[in-house]
Amino acid sequence: MTAFRSLSLAMFKGFFRDKAALFFTFVFPLIFLVVFGLLFKDAGTSKIKIAAVGDGPVITALEKSGAVELEHVDSLDAAVAKVKNGDLPAVVAQQGDSVVLRFAASDQAKSGTVLGLVAGVVDQANLAATGQPPKLKLDPARVEDSSLKPIQFLTPGLLSWGLATSAVFGAALTLVNWRKKQVLRRIRLAPVGTPTVLSSRLLVSVGVAVVQAALFVTIASTPLFGLKLSGQWWLGLPMLVLGTLSFFSIGMLVGSFAKTEEAATAFANLLVLPMAFLSGTFFPLDSAPAWLKTVSNVLPLKHLNEGMLNVLVRGKGIDSLLVPGGILIGFTLVVGVIAAKFFRWEDA
Amino acid sequence: MTRTRGPGGTTIVVEDVHKHYGDLHAVDGVSFTVAEGEFFGILGPNGAGKTTTLEIVEGLRSPDSGTVTLLGEVPWPRNPKLLPRIGVQLQASSFFDKLTAREQLETFASLYGVSKATAAETLELVGLTDKADTRENKLSGGQRQRLSIACALAHDPDVLFLDEPTAALDPQARRNLWDVLRAIQGRGKTIVYTTHYLDEAEILCDRVAIMDKGKILAMDAPATLVRGLDAPTHIVLAHGLVAEDEARGFVGVDDVTDDGVSLTMSTRKPAPVLTVLAERGALDGLQVRTATLEDVFLNLTGREYRA
Repeated sequence: MTAFRSLSLAMFKGFFRDKAALFFTFVFPLIFLVVFGLLFKDAGTSKIKIAAVGDGPVITALEKSGAVELEHVDSLDAAVAKVKNGDLPAVVAQQGDSVVLRFAASDQAKSGTVLGLVAGVVDQANLAATGQPPKLKLDPARVEDSSLKPIQFLTPGLLSWGLATSAVFGAALTLVNWRKKQVLRRIRLAPVGTPTVLSSRLLVSVGVAVVQAALFVTIASTPLFGLKLSGQWWLGLPMLVLGTLSFFSIGMLVGSFAKTEEAATAFANLLVLPMAFLSGTFFPLDSAPAWLKTVSNVLPLKHLNEGMLNVLVRGKGIDSLLVPGGILIGFTLVVGVIAAKFFRWEDA
Repeated sequence: MTRTRGPGGTTIVVEDVHKHYGDLHAVDGVSFTVAEGEFFGILGPNGAGKTTTLEIVEGLRSPDSGTVTLLGEVPWPRNPKLLPRIGVQLQASSFFDKLTAREQLETFASLYGVSKATAAETLELVGLTDKADTRENKLSGGQRQRLSIACALAHDPDVLFLDEPTAALDPQARRNLWDVLRAIQGRGKTIVYTTHYLDEAEILCDRVAIMDKGKILAMDAPATLVRGLDAPTHIVLAHGLVAEDEARGFVGVDDVTDDGVSLTMSTRKPAPVLTVLAERGALDGLQVRTATLEDVFLNLTGREYRA
């Protein structure tokens, strides 16, 4: 057996026999998937809630539209009081053919939406009552793929974060453990080159990442979560390799400085966890301040996340990977060179 | 002591090696040679500079000054030509995580391109065949040491370096390991090893170097070192068999002490003393203690040997 094969095999065996490593690599990201998946279920954007009094075709149409949520109130006076207090932005009351709408002008955005919505429903009801076919025809359809469910955006983010974590920890802990136990020294006494040792560890990291991604995406695709992959999902593979490389280099850097496994764990967490929040892994950065968006652009996780989103759910092609991929390669080179500079075969 | 030396070439030449760590002069002008097939021991208390000396010879550290030649090559900086020809046993814990004894050995052996069959033979040599499928962390201290030696041995090196292989082992495990080491020497390997057990070195080594504070104080065959001491033989009897004053009167007895438990006579001519004791029927439980390497150490340093 060649040194490369046997070292890779030894590390794969060591990894798959380590229950804690298995848990944090495979189960932990799934826990996040469950928590966030259920937390954000059906909550694409929160709906406006208005009061409804009485009954009739307009109230029914509003209820069916799904655009607003209705809170049924017994009397118009009570409903208006609620609007005045600011509990609800508007009230719709229907009695026979008269439809009453009262809104709080103080909340312009919401009242505007409600006004347009109710007017639209009333117009439609009027048109239907005339029995005339509509002159202008509206063809509404959403631009995003099939569903707007949050799982579509959660999966690439959580997956990127899981891949990043296991690549950093894998590299850092192996390096520290091997240095501490003098395995590094033992290997150095054998006629084996550094590239062999490094590439075998990298192979293990990529292998673990592939298993991790396959498991994660499979579970996210079950009806419970309802992930729908885009046609070019396999473009996620090169992204996975590049992401693993970037975070492997971070792990090597951490492992070069840390003397104990505990220190390596702390360092790695300190780097990856804030990065996850700043890169929009758990929730989108759309509403984040501009400076934060700028900061996130220097973080590799942001670009891994972006690349994964592009090919897994946005259905974009390989050209959408050029920028994120290029940035990840550059990041790997820079951090890799720094890590090589600080690399130590043994303590002291 | 029988010597199983090879054709008599010189394997290691160390000349005036120095190594400083800050203010500490860890190795202070050490010189020695080791012949092919020799079992060479470097002895001394902790902190004597044994391990640093060994690491410099192995090529793991650079000497500040002085030269080292190992199998005709310079070991520092890392010399890939030399690596397949030397075997180095590190600490007992230098293993991969979660692998069995067999897997550990096969992995290390493969770094040298050694087959699984050869690895299995090496496992047999150190007597671990029945533990092949046991995880390394479930082995006993002695078994782990033997595995560690097997990992250094699988690629059939010419020279084997062992750093304190018997440290922290119980007496039975130590004796088992001695058998392994003798078997390895029987295959014509040169062995260089460090230990702080002087008694063990006396039994195993062809030659020893006694180190203290970075210097070699004495170097020779253990028996020669002990004989060179010209130390008296101690004859120890149970208290009460012979009175102290009476013992002083025996021919050949130089000194007598009695601590209430046993009576100790120092003599340079044990034969007449033993004859007298035999005539008196006082041989039950008698002990004869000759000088050991510990006495050599005491004589060289003026202080009691403490490992």
